[in-house]
Amino acid sequence: MSEQSLDLSLTTPVKRTWPRVKGVWVLIGLIAVMALMPLVASPYALLLLVPFIGYAIALFGFNLLFGTTGLLSFGHALFLGVGAYTASTLTSKFGILSFELIVLTSAVVSALVAVIIGVLCVRYTRIFFGMLTLAFGMLFHSFLFKFYSVTGGDQGMRVLRPLLLGMEWRGGKTAFLTGPFYYYVLALLALLGVAMWRITQSPFGLHLKAIRENAGKAAYVGVQIFRMRLAAFVISAVYGGIGGTILAVTTGLADPELAYWTHSGNLVFMAVLGGSGTFIGPAVGALAFVLLQDFVMAITQYWRFVMGGVLVLLVIFLPQGLSGAVEMLWSRKGGDK
Amino acid sequence: MQQAQASSVVDTPLFETIGVSKYYGAYRALHDVSFRVADGEFVSIVGPNGAGKTTLVNVVTGLLKPTVGEVRFLDRDIAGVGPVELARRGMSRAFQLVNVFPALTVRETLAVAVASRLRRIANPFRSLSRDRELQADVERVAEVLRLHAKLDSVASTLSQGEKKLLDIASAFALNPTVILLDEPTSGVSTGDKHAIMEVLVTAAKAAGVRAIVQVEHDMDLVARYSHRIVALQEGTVLADMPPDQFFADPAMISAVVGTRPPTVRRAS
Repeated sequence: MSEQSLDLSLTTPVKRTWPRVKGVWVLIGLIAVMALMPLVASPYALLLLVPFIGYAIALFGFNLLFGTTGLLSFGHALFLGVGAYTASTLTSKFGILSFELIVLTSAVVSALVAVIIGVLCVRYTRIFFGMLTLAFGMLFHSFLFKFYSVTGGDQGMRVLRPLLLGMEWRGGKTAFLTGPFYYYVLALLALLGVAMWRITQSPFGLHLKAIRENAGKAAYVGVQIFRMRLAAFVISAVYGGIGGTILAVTTGLADPELAYWTHSGNLVFMAVLGGSGTFIGPAVGALAFVLLQDFVMAITQYWRFVMGGVLVLLVIFLPQGLSGAVEMLWSRKGGDK
Repeated sequence: MQQAQASSVVDTPLFETIGVSKYYGAYRALHDVSFRVADGEFVSIVGPNGAGKTTLVNVVTGLLKPTVGEVRFLDRDIAGVGPVELARRGMSRAFQLVNVFPALTVRETLAVAVASRLRRIANPFRSLSRDRELQADVERVAEVLRLHAKLDSVASTLSQGEKKLLDIASAFALNPTVILLDEPTSGVSTGDKHAIMEVLVTAAKAAGVRAIVQVEHDMDLVARYSHRIVALQEGTVLADMPPDQFFADPAMISAVVGTRPPTVRRAS
């Protein structure tokens, strides 16, 4: 790189992408802080962090589709449902308790479902893609809801406590979730987070960004639009499925509400809240959402009203989300020096 | 680039359309268009608005399938193969309107094309920044198209002329055999037009591009750089001749272009 181009990069808004480059370090920092949490935080707080980890994984996937590829899915909770019901089917129907096997199966099943749905959805973009994914999400929810004999209908299906690395935990539920399970899924978050970072920093990820920016031009420089969109859809579904598995183990229940469209809406909310333009943003959004929801639900039964208000304020005043706001403050500070 | 003249046109063409027609219902956008491009040629397609120039480029680049006819490139039929396959076979295209990836940097924009050419996509965990071969190639293309100083600038912050160059540069990054340019200089100042064309022609030589086909309104540029002019009128080929001959015929000019003949002669 010439010195001339270095000069240029200081004068153009390129600087704003600085924290993005370091996204993986923010993730590692977050994981490190979370690894220390059991030493200081109450079990109640830790019980909130376990679903957060599930959401964070799902959101990494969601944002590969939304932030990176430019496809906004309104049915992504479907894959959380697939993950959850895979976990419940394996544990309660087949007696398979190995968590590794459950996670792996959830990933495979989610990928298979995503290939079928993706082939039909990724030919479309914008609102058409959004509506189609929404429709598939609703179809899947109806299936879970109506096929009582298979899915337990509105009762859902129990998810038994899994074995971690083949070991059984004999303590209480809270101790399991805030102890070994917490660390296990935190490690999973680290692994899948770093993997996602690699994906976004690869030529593969660059082709996805090119599709988001200008699909028409991308085709002329050799980007295989359909294949790449489908690949992004499948990868995001795998992350969704694994996230859903974690959520289901946490509550001990695979509930049709997990696949309901409002849950898909929550995923969109989390991504917007945290900021889909950065790598870590959606995970931050998931954390903020889980904490905010818990806080608001404790003080009022009209929590949806409050959350809606937050979303309105967010879109108007912080369109780049929390991470976007931090980035902006950061670059402003950098500019003052 | 320079030596190509009428004699080589008789030889096997690099690229040709044979009796291409394109209809939209009753509307005839192209009718029986045949023309050839030989190795080393710079061919300009001219004609008034609505003559079918852009339709022709779209047919030739596989965006549109001709209703009738054949498009042959390196002796294979490429009608309707689609842009990705076309790029792989060695034909690339730059667009009439400014067409960039707004949020990507110049480096990233060029890397998109280089990554397709070097087939770096199959492994999603492969590092982009540590791929020396790919990065070196990106820098080579940027150097040739004089965008080196802007490598880390975001495309949306570039000037209009630079955006045009970037679009052309991503076409070059595919190491194409033939480049098709749809009004490469539209929307840029006169001074920039010449600068862009100079960079383009020099880059084509350096990069081993074997032919350039452009759609162009600016007769000054057409006269200066083309080896041959294909004039379209209402979807048919009105003339296919060297620029000297073309500009010597005032009737031709007023019929096709509707402007006075330029005073500038072709360079070299």
